[in-house]
Parts: sequence; C-alpha cells; structure tokens
Amino acid sequence: MQEDYIIQVRDLHKTFHTNNGSIVVLDNINISIKRGEIFGIIGLSGAGKSTLVRCMNLLEKPTSGSVIVDGRDLTSLSESELRRERQSIGMIFQGYNLLMQRTALDNVCFPLEIAGVKKKEARTKARQLLETVGLADKEKAYPAQLSGGQKQRVAIARALATNPKVLLCDEITSALDPTTTQSILALLKDLNQKLGVTIVVITHEMKVIERICNRVAIIDRSHIEEIGTVDEVFRRPKSAAARKLLYERSENIEKFTGNGKLLRLVFDGSSADRPIIAEMVLKCGTLVNIAFADTKNIHGKIYGQMLLQLPEDPVAVNRILSYLDSEHISYQEEA
Amino acid sequence: MTIGDLMKLTAEGFGETLYMTFVSTASAYLIGMPIGLILTVTDKDGIKPNPLVNGIIGFIVNVLRSVPFIILLIAVMPITRAIVGTTIGSSATVVPLVIAAAPYIARMVESSVKEVDRGVIEASLSMGASPFQIVYKVLLPEARPSLLLGAAITTTTILSYSAMAGVVGGGGLGDIAIRYGYHRKQTDIMIVMVVVLVAIVQVLQAAGNWISRRNDKRIR
Repeated sequence: MQEDYIIQVRDLHKTFHTNNGSIVVLDNINISIKRGEIFGIIGLSGAGKSTLVRCMNLLEKPTSGSVIVDGRDLTSLSESELRRERQSIGMIFQGYNLLMQRTALDNVCFPLEIAGVKKKEARTKARQLLETVGLADKEKAYPAQLSGGQKQRVAIARALATNPKVLLCDEITSALDPTTTQSILALLKDLNQKLGVTIVVITHEMKVIERICNRVAIIDRSHIEEIGTVDEVFRRPKSAAARKLLYERSENIEKFTGNGKLLRLVFDGSSADRPIIAEMVLKCGTLVNIAFADTKNIHGKIYGQMLLQLPEDPVAVNRILSYLDSEHISYQEEA
Repeated sequence: MTIGDLMKLTAEGFGETLYMTFVSTASAYLIGMPIGLILTVTDKDGIKPNPLVNGIIGFIVNVLRSVPFIILLIAVMPITRAIVGTTIGSSATVVPLVIAAAPYIARMVESSVKEVDRGVIEASLSMGASPFQIVYKVLLPEARPSLLLGAAITTTTILSYSAMAGVVGGGGLGDIAIRYGYHRKQTDIMIVMVVVLVAIVQVLQAAGNWISRRNDKRIR
C-alpha cells in the first residue's frame, strides 16, 4: 500500500545562469510530503531552501525533474492549467507581500476575485477567515496600519481563501519577534489540525521546526542531507549540517571541548519538569559542565537539548549514564 | 490696449491653454499608458518577458522622445492637417502634443509601475493570477499614487509644450506671449502671460500632489 503523498519532488535540479557562469542551486532533490502533515525544510541562508519551495508551485521553473502535487505533475501543465492548480496551493512569505492599497478584507478577497468568486460570496468568506486568524476587528485597516504579526495573519487568511490543499510558508516568522513567532506558529498548527491542510515550512530556525513540524528535511549546499521525523533528527542527527543547525546558537562549543567528552541530552517531552541535572549531580556526586542548553517547558514537559561536558573519571561517567538511563533520557556522545 | 482688452485676451488664452493641455493629456494617456504597461510586462524582469516586443517599442519610444518638440511640431504638420483640417489654432496643436507626450507618458507609467514590490507580484502569481489580472488588479492599483504624481508632472510638461506651439500659431497663452512680447515688443503683455502660466503650473502640481497623497494608503 502506497503512502498518500500530496507533494512529490522527484530528481529536481535547478541551475541559475548568471553573467559569471551558472550556479547549481538545487541538486538531485527528492522529497515526498504526506497529506495532512507539517513538513519542515531547514537550512542556512544560501542552501537553496527558498528556491526549493518556489519550485513546489513552479514560481521557479525547475531545470529538470518533476513536482507532483496531488497526483498532477506541475511541470507538464499548460500555463492556464498551472494557474488553476496554483489556486489550490497557498503561499505565505517572509515579507507578507500584501497589497498595500487594499484593506485587510480586500486583501483576503483578492485570491477569490482571481478565482472568479462572486463579490458578496468572497466578502463573507474573507470575513470568516479574518475571524479565524483573530483579526475580525481589522477588516477595514490597511496593511500600513497593522503590525508585522497582524500582516502575517492577513497573509495567512489570504492564502487560505481558496481552500488550498497545501500551504507553502517561506520564512514566514523570520521578520517577527519571538512572542509573535510563537503565536503565528500556534495558529498554523491549529489550522493544520482544524482544516487538515498540509503545511510546508521553510526556515533557518530549528525552534520553528521543533515547535510545529512532524517531519523535517535538512538542506545544505543544494543537497538534502537527511529527512526524518523531527524526533529522529533531533535525537540522532546523522549529518554534519543537522548538527550545525541544532547548535545554531552555540558557536563557542569548541571552547568547552577540553578533556572530558561531550554528551548531548535530548528532552522530547517524556520527562517531567524536575531539576534533572541538579539531581544527577547530587546523586552521582560528580560535577558536569553545561556547554550548551536550550530547553523549554511546554505544559509541564521538557523539550529541547543540552550539551554536557563529562568528567574525565570513567567511573563517574558510568554513574551519570546509568542515572540518565534510569530517567529514560536519551543521550548521545558527541564526536 | 486697455485693461479690459488685456483681461479678455488673457481669458481667451487661458481657456485655449487649458483646452490644449487637458485634451492632449487625456488623449496621450490613452495611447501612452498601454504602451507603458506593455513595456513593463515585456521587460526581462516582467511578468511576460518578450525581448523583441520590448526592444521594438522601446526603440520607437526613444526615437520620438529624442525629437525636439519644436521640430516635431513642424514635422507632423501633414498629419495634423489630415486629422484636424488645419495647422493653426489650439485644436491643431493637440496632434503634435499627443505625439510628443504619449512616449513620455509611456516611460512615466513604466517607471511608476516598476516601483510595485516584486514580492506582491510573486504572491499574485502564486495565487494563479493571469498576466492581465496582475496588470489591472495589482500593478495599476498598487502604483496609483505614483501614477497620479506622474500625471501631474506630465500635465505641467504638456502645458509648457503647448506654449511652444505659439511659434507656429498654436493658440493659447504661449501664442499670445510670442505674438505680443516677441513680434510687437510688448514685454508687459508677455510677462502677464508668463505669470498666468506659472500660476497654472503651481496649481496643477499642488493639486496632483494632494490627490496622490490622499490616494496613498501606505501613509497614516
């Protein structure tokens, strides 16, 4: 029985031709996105992730390969067929890309006008959507009068207007502050659950992935380095690119690599909110150095990771490892 | 010449000048605006790149724009006579004014429309908008404040061109200024006409700025 894939990217290549020669932006990309999931694509800037998401609705024409959305190969469609197909693929951008001379309501009506929906019908639908994204009171506001988070909410409502099967999100929280980012991500997750819309998220921030994604693809220098569930990639990153992204905010880890080994702990929400490291230090009677920590408490559960520098004494190390085993905390020794 | 005569003369010239300016501007926009839009759409970064069409239209626009108006005025006289029946008077002046202003407007429209954020066009494409829908639902409305400002500049430019037509008996304030001030050495009458011209330009420009600002939803 075949999995139900809504987007399949097959053997995708993209080369840009510039005056200084050609640049390979995407090289042999293969991705299958399941219907109804939130799929993340993470990579550093210049990795090719934005080009990849633009290939998924053919805003960017692949040099070779195919993009199959809900069973139809977009690369084989005529222009008017492609336009029709695009109405079922919503897209949200980092820069919002709202029409500045239209009100919030008219912005949401815009894709419906394009699709030829009657004005009255479009307005009713747009009002509902503004309510869904929490902006019912802002329908007459122009984008210039809205905050970044509000603009992104209008953009989300607009992308949803035509009841798309897929929502492509290109760095949509990168221009927002952490609080607003959290609320936008919560909204996406909610929409995914309520509407069942498949969401593809492009980002350079691991926290976006861990917050909402089911599966993730790591892209580095035009290649897909690994694909897996967020849990898998988080616990046991196989590629150097994944490890680099996981420790994005800890550039000075090298400085800590003294004599003791580095141990990475992953908190996946299965351990309760207790002072685990403090308990470990007391019970094992040995000290550890916290080289890096990024954990958060969500509804009393701990998520995130921590990098510990272990003592040199192998007996102490064994005590620590058996303590972690007894607490069911997954860990991995870092090379 | 009595004050009464001067008033009558000025009023006549004023009416003719406004007639030439507005009829020419409106007609020139009918021709220049679509040309400007075609130039934008067929540009290499446009929504339907077409180097051949863009190159040919761009070349014609540039050629027309580089012919000095005073020469164009005389060169198109056969066309003027064919359309209006005469080469003298304000209606006759409208023909060369339109021919001179249309390519100018094409470039003004092109530069206004190119100010529209690339991202907004991309968003519209992602929603499945056709090139035609993008032009009339995105490019024109989004560029509206800039287009209105451009229209104010264009109108004042056409006004000053219309004054030049006075050399070949084109009518209007410029015609009066040349006839009295240059041919009859009545400098005072010329000064009056120039002052009225300056006043019209000021009013048109201020009105254009005001309308443009009032139509721009990016401020406030």
